[in-house]
Amino acid sequence: MFDPYKVREDFPILKRKINNHPLIYFDNAATSQKPRQVIEAMREFYEKHNANVHRAVHTLSLEATELYEEAHEEIAKFIGARSMEEIVFVRGTTEAINFVAYSWGLRNLKQEDEVLLTLMEHHSNIVPWEILSKIKGFKVKYAEVNEDGTLNQESLKEMLTPKVKLVCITHVSNVTGVINDVKAIAKLAHENGALLLVDGAQSVPHMPVNVKDLDCDFLAFSGHKMLGPTGIGVLYGKREILEQLEPFHGGGEMIREVSFNSKTRRCTISWNDLPWKFEAGTPDICGGVGLMAAAKYLKELGMENVKAHECNLTEYAMKRLKECSKVKVYGPQDSSIKCGIIPFNVEGFDSHDVALLLDSYGIMIRSGFHCAQPLHQKLKIQSSARASFYIYNTREEVDHFIEVLKEIEQSL
Amino acid sequence: MNASPSLEEYIARIEEACGEEEDIIVHFKYEKKDEAIGKILKKAKVERTVAGIIFDLTYKNSAIRLYNTGKAIIKKAQNKTQAQQILAELLL
Repeated sequence: MFDPYKVREDFPILKRKINNHPLIYFDNAATSQKPRQVIEAMREFYEKHNANVHRAVHTLSLEATELYEEAHEEIAKFIGARSMEEIVFVRGTTEAINFVAYSWGLRNLKQEDEVLLTLMEHHSNIVPWEILSKIKGFKVKYAEVNEDGTLNQESLKEMLTPKVKLVCITHVSNVTGVINDVKAIAKLAHENGALLLVDGAQSVPHMPVNVKDLDCDFLAFSGHKMLGPTGIGVLYGKREILEQLEPFHGGGEMIREVSFNSKTRRCTISWNDLPWKFEAGTPDICGGVGLMAAAKYLKELGMENVKAHECNLTEYAMKRLKECSKVKVYGPQDSSIKCGIIPFNVEGFDSHDVALLLDSYGIMIRSGFHCAQPLHQKLKIQSSARASFYIYNTREEVDHFIEVLKEIEQSL
Repeated sequence: MNASPSLEEYIARIEEACGEEEDIIVHFKYEKKDEAIGKILKKAKVERTVAGIIFDLTYKNSAIRLYNTGKAIIKKAQNKTQAQQILAELLL
């Protein structure tokens, strides 16, 4: 039985008070808090096993290597990948998307090609493609979003022409929480001969995600949004695609051999096996250990339970927000098609006012564009306040949040 | 932070918030926040107070919302530099 109160005991930070109020952390779409299991796994790594990985013979290096490889295996299992060869550790979702842009896009996209995005993308799934488009000359297109923040399926289908070589779409919007049917989009993309890159930053931490079931070609996500440390993230890629790709970064660890030819006076390089050929230099070993601990923690809770808890909380919060006459909630009102993210504004205040006011009551939310300015333009809002939930949030916290919002309304 | 050394005595951080409102968010140093709030309240015009927690102020052409938790939003400042000028006038 999933019990958020029991879960809370694992999170030391939740015992803090902010501005003399108990901390209520509703900024989970930005980053999650860390359970002691993750903190302790990382501390234990540095206290007992720290060494560089691979190609050393001493005991500590062997221990560190085994832990780091086990972390890849654990993440492969967590998202249903075929093997750890399909799991590349990167710094986060942003680097994972840049990885695809430069390893795959730079070599495969031509001037006449198109990359199809949507208007609900995070800037990290827009900017790399716009930058690369300027280098390679291909066209970037944006599928429309409906007034309620859901994806306009017809627009996506219309824009999915044979020229489109890659579709890049977020699984869950970081602004509205809308869940996109990426399985259906994968089918459409593949029928059209395009590959599919899924931004899983807001889905992998919050719901069961199985890459074999989705049939996506790439999946990008961050460790820090799923209870892990900052600075570590994942790019999943289908093995047959990763095998064809050239590395994004070059350096140590990722090569099998660098052989100097005295006649040509050049080096001949052969790549290491997957996934190491994509992990140049000393990796974030401790970050990998922390991410593994986070994945194990979530697996123990059960991702179906995680999703159900957040859905219940979102439904409850959406219902109670209706009591606030000056609060306008954006995105779909049907909580069954979204994750635990609620964008809103309070009439008479801008979003930063609302965030600062809530902060004075110990409630942490985010305000602004949430790195999704095109979606805000589409929704015709200057900015928004955003409450986002996770496993340790409770109905009592939502109740307190609503009471404070009512106080804010009355202060007008 | 580009603030002058004197402003740095009071201010921990100034950030340009995202959003079309183009607000400038000011975080005062915890140990100096009460002094900073006192100085600002003396020079700016208090338009409205909410429960002693929030002060809506005007100063020249700027609107400032000051929080007793040690934060402020400067509205309608053209940029961070202009916000620093306003803060310098109010605090120094």
